[in-house]
Amino acid sequence: MARSNTNIFSLAIFRRPGISPADRFFRASVLTVALSVFAITAIVAYELVRNSRLPIEKFGWSFLWGTTWDPVAEQFGALPFLYGTLVSSALALLIAVPVGLGVAIFLSELAPRWVSDPVAFLVELLAAIPSVIYGLVGIFVFVPWIRNVLEPALSGTLGFLPLFQGAPYGVGMLTAGIVLAMMVVPFIVSVSREILMAVPLSQREAILSLGATQWEMVRIAVLPYARSGIMGSIFLALARALGETMAVTMVIGNRPEIRLSLFEPGYTMAAVIANEFTEATSDLYVQALIEIGLVLFAVTILVNALARLLIHSVFTKVEVRE
Amino acid sequence: MSKPVYVIEKLNAWFGERHVLKDITLMIDLHQVTAIIGPSGCGKSTFIRCLNRLHEVVPGARVAGAILLDDADIYGPTVDPVTIRRRVGMVFQKPNPFPTMSVYDNVAAGLRLNGVRRRGILDERVERALKQAALWDEVKDVLHKSGASLSGGQQQRLCIARALAVEPEVLLLDEPCSALDPIATARIEELLLDLKKSYTIVIVTHNMQQAARVSDSTGFFLLGELIEFGETREIFTNPKDRKTEDYITGRFG
Repeated sequence: MARSNTNIFSLAIFRRPGISPADRFFRASVLTVALSVFAITAIVAYELVRNSRLPIEKFGWSFLWGTTWDPVAEQFGALPFLYGTLVSSALALLIAVPVGLGVAIFLSELAPRWVSDPVAFLVELLAAIPSVIYGLVGIFVFVPWIRNVLEPALSGTLGFLPLFQGAPYGVGMLTAGIVLAMMVVPFIVSVSREILMAVPLSQREAILSLGATQWEMVRIAVLPYARSGIMGSIFLALARALGETMAVTMVIGNRPEIRLSLFEPGYTMAAVIANEFTEATSDLYVQALIEIGLVLFAVTILVNALARLLIHSVFTKVEVRE
Repeated sequence: MSKPVYVIEKLNAWFGERHVLKDITLMIDLHQVTAIIGPSGCGKSTFIRCLNRLHEVVPGARVAGAILLDDADIYGPTVDPVTIRRRVGMVFQKPNPFPTMSVYDNVAAGLRLNGVRRRGILDERVERALKQAALWDEVKDVLHKSGASLSGGQQQRLCIARALAVEPEVLLLDEPCSALDPIATARIEELLLDLKKSYTIVIVTHNMQQAARVSDSTGFFLLGELIEFGETREIFTNPKDRKTEDYITGRFG
């Protein structure tokens, strides 16, 4: 609220005479750059819609729930990809959130400074590794391990669940989820660590002086205080997972089917675009891929909007007075 | 003079290399208000933070000497600081309620830490603590609103209630009024006079009038040393040390 008010205010100043030319130039140039963000988003949306006219006309909304992806018969449905993207990302968060949060708590609360700082630096380096490298690690390290160790173990213990049934291929939804988790953990760690370290000492001392142990302090005072920031780090990770292309393509198996078992191969929206764009022969095929891009774009925006809404509704009730 | 609650002998404290408390020796009496005065940086906050072992929370902080609480050394090798902090409540300079908790949950936080779960007991203890802190009438209808939604003075009384809810033996206050206006300050001072019937109170303040108004004994700290300690009336009317006199007459500090 306050922010939009300031913007209106500054726009008014921008038009008002009596402001020095340098200031006016500064405002104009910063405003242009700021507006270009909206322009880029609008152009992307417009172009995506314009270039997927054929499949939109042919399939309408049923594109979203069609399960057949058959370029030869020119039948295109996006549901397997939508499913693959959402499930692999959800799986990644399921693994990455507890791990990432655990590391962040260790680094901010338990580790001494001389351990915390270098480790945090390493974690940030992890975030900078190109995703194709993660894909390679996935193929050469995770796939054999998952095929030979993890999947047999899971079907041996939790095999009664439909999630863990079928032959262990090694490539599939589970592997994609694990590799994605590995890729997003650094985001959760580095953002959450900063947030946790920013929790004021006065809050920690308040609970300590009541006789809290260190764990009680983290649980009762630190985590609740930091929760909206931690949620933010999780949504950042989710956004990254939804759009990740290369590493997922390398390990998910690339089969456009919806299977309940996590051992089975799947496909994601980003992966199908990357894989099939060069071999798409007909206009309808190309445009169907672009429409997948449109769906991915919409899903990403939708998820982020929902996340923001959630944070807003849960956390604005509480106001911190300084 | 009644029986001492705290006996402090040759207490020394450091932050890394900085020696901030030097050979402090004094006694704190039961059901009395003891004020600690002195200019900024004289070690008075560090001193009361030693009394509930909160000083050592800061990295590099160190303590030597003995502090006996009811005849047992709280710095003994087998003593868990957590158990000491459950017996000694503390209120800080800036009101620090937990912003994500309601008024009720703020007061109940310490009780829940001590394993009190029964709703009836919690209700009763929360109400009693808020009444002791003279806050009940103002918040009884907003118990489920955020603790951070109260005014500054109310927040500080909420913090007092939070500390009192666990019924500590001692209440430590570290410049509790320095962020408050005169009216809120007066309410808290009034409250302290009432509370000393049931609690032993140690208050750090840089407001000398406040020390004179509320305390029975006063200690004057300067550059990490205890310059003078005695009955408040004596300290303010007939100081023995030249430095105390200079300070209370406003010649420095």
